[in-house]
Amino acid sequence: MAVITYREALNHALREEMERDERVFLIGEEIGVYGGAYKVTQGLLEKFGERRVVDTPICESGFTGVGIGAAMVGLRPVVEMMTFNFAILALDQIVNHAAKIHYMSGGQFPIPLVVRGPGGPAHQLAAQHSQSMESYFYHVPGLKVVRPTSPRDAKGLLKSAIRDDNPVIFIESETLYGIKGEVPDDPDFTIPLGQAEVKREGRDVTVIAYAGMYYRVLEAAEELEKSDGLSVEIVDPRTLRPMDKETILASVRKTHRAVVAESGAGFAGMGSEIASFITEGAFDDLDAPVERVTGANAPMPYARNLERLKTPSKERIIEALRKVCYLG
Amino acid sequence: MPRTRLDLPYHVDYLSILGPDGTLDTDLEPKIDEADLGRLYRAMLLARRFDERMLNLQRQGRIGTFAPIKGQEAAQLGSVYAITPADWMVPSFRETASMLWRGWPMELILLFYAGYLEGMRVPDGVRDLPITIPVASQLPHAVGLAYAARYKGDDAVVLTYFGDGATSEGDFHEAMNFAGVLGAPVIFLCQNNQWAISVPRKKQTQSRTLAQKALAYGFPGTQVDGNDILAVYAASREAVERARDGGGPAMIECVTYRLGVHTTADDPRRYRSEEEVKEWERKDPLTRFRDYLQKKDLLDAEQERRLEEEIAQEIADAVARFEARQDPDPLVMFDHVYAERPPELEAERQELAERLRGTGASPAEGEAPAPTPMRGQRRTSRWPN
Ligand SMILES: Cc1ncc(C[n+]2csc(CCOP(=O)(O)OP(=O)(O)O)c2C)c(N)n1
Ligand SMILES: [Mg+2]
Repeated sequence: MAVITYREALNHALREEMERDERVFLIGEEIGVYGGAYKVTQGLLEKFGERRVVDTPICESGFTGVGIGAAMVGLRPVVEMMTFNFAILALDQIVNHAAKIHYMSGGQFPIPLVVRGPGGPAHQLAAQHSQSMESYFYHVPGLKVVRPTSPRDAKGLLKSAIRDDNPVIFIESETLYGIKGEVPDDPDFTIPLGQAEVKREGRDVTVIAYAGMYYRVLEAAEELEKSDGLSVEIVDPRTLRPMDKETILASVRKTHRAVVAESGAGFAGMGSEIASFITEGAFDDLDAPVERVTGANAPMPYARNLERLKTPSKERIIEALRKVCYLG
Repeated sequence: MPRTRLDLPYHVDYLSILGPDGTLDTDLEPKIDEADLGRLYRAMLLARRFDERMLNLQRQGRIGTFAPIKGQEAAQLGSVYAITPADWMVPSFRETASMLWRGWPMELILLFYAGYLEGMRVPDGVRDLPITIPVASQLPHAVGLAYAARYKGDDAVVLTYFGDGATSEGDFHEAMNFAGVLGAPVIFLCQNNQWAISVPRKKQTQSRTLAQKALAYGFPGTQVDGNDILAVYAASREAVERARDGGGPAMIECVTYRLGVHTTADDPRRYRSEEEVKEWERKDPLTRFRDYLQKKDLLDAEQERRLEEEIAQEIADAVARFEARQDPDPLVMFDHVYAERPPELEAERQELAERLRGTGASPAEGEAPAPTPMRGQRRTSRWPN
């Protein structure tokens, strides 16, 4: 076990999978000579050469399509989006092709493709470059969607994503690349897709949160533990689709109260889906309506003072927790 | 015979008028009156000094990331000078010189890069679009403007900018094709500055020139020495006149060089050599134009000194106005999401107003709404209280 950054964990996952499987190759903008806009692919060109680390012209739809073509004939491409905001340029390739070719070909062409890169709110990158992009993808049947929270998750989940025979949308967090944590160095370590994790055990209320939001919820939980003796359980879904409903429902059945925190805009967001399956699956166990704490339903502002108010603050999470626990 | 060479309607010209060593092709030299030559030189110097100042402000954390223009002043000013205020200018993200020429106040540009969207509000009477970061996304918009101009019976033409890297995006090709098919009055001005972040021009496309891409879409493409303001202007004027007369679009490839960083988040030493930069510094558009004016007796050391002083003062004043800004009211977050504020957004805005009450964060606090009643506890509650 080594303590490494989220960025290094991703880098190690790529390196190990490329060593393990000759079919794995990387393609994207600035990933070779530059080592990635966020340095995730640093050193990989030097190690694996231009055949397996392909620097592309600026053409997101084009190189995603190239990845799909290569996947159709058995390679296992990992496509890097410089940021997930630019994946919108490749949305036709991802939604209409990667997600549907297997289905429409009656299973003839699996698409073992990973599309990865940073997403979620960043610092002062404004409306077009600082968006929670997962909702564009998790609505699409045929896609798996992963949002790793810790360095350990980043490594274990990326390795599984690469080994998966489906197109996997793997959205990292721009603000988490530098965080450190313990990560197994065993090359056989993986975390299965579709498995949530109880990251903090508690008795009184369940919060569902992932990626950057998890850390804010953690602060809120610690504060409420001190101030009110509240015992907050935090469940991290890790994979948004397929979603591990059972782990979440089991936690809610234990605590009887649930809050979902997400950084994206609330309308038809992840929280809506989670709140709805909790209501369907654990209604009789609930002591309060499920509360959602979401990003504002506005594009990300550019100004710093507005940006801070766009995503849920610790205070808003505390407010929601108090509300479902009827703590005045 | 079955195999013959087809005669294509266009071929690619290369145009250079004022060489890096100061040699001038007087046959091709465009006629620009003395006052305008002075204005252009002043604009070039201002653009250079403002760029330097912005870099400075960024390094001090007073503005955020931006894309410097050093080395590309001639490509921008030579082309923007060829259109009139009644025409449209559609920038990418590296056209500060063109924007200043078109009348954007410096403090607005600073405001934008400090994180205030107000800074991208197009000044009244200026027919420009705001900058855009997603590469090549502005090009279809430019064609849309041109289409709308013809639709409305307006004889405006559209000048739009993009880089060498942008020519790899689908939007570039779709916009070019569309403009060709519609015969839209658009001048596609490519600033081929040799690099797209760390990707060199030759890894962007195997085409010998970028200009030749226009030929595939049925209109002329010209390659010019982009550090020669006279050549850029001559080619641009020709394209503008042609477009205005109903001749349709044209593409101009300005061969230039980004002397500085890609953006302030970049370190070019990682991917390109000092020698390459040095070589291009010798082709600096600013010194080349200065020498030209000096030879024409339009500029002397004393005038140059005064100009530098004036410009320094102008920039200092703009920075002072920029620094006197106020933080925006957080509640504006919900303005302009839609043309009107739908009820659900109004409610969200109220909620934020309430949260900010008393914090001094929002000047528009308004009436205190009645407190939301606490929800009744379920009778089946397992909560011990
Ligand atoms: C659609 C999209 N993909 C990627 C990027 C990231 N990016 C910003 S600038 C740039 C390079 C652009 O190169 P070029 O068109 O030559 O313009 P230059 O920066 O040299 O002026 C890239 C890849 C982006 N902004 N938009
Ligand atoms: Mg370029």
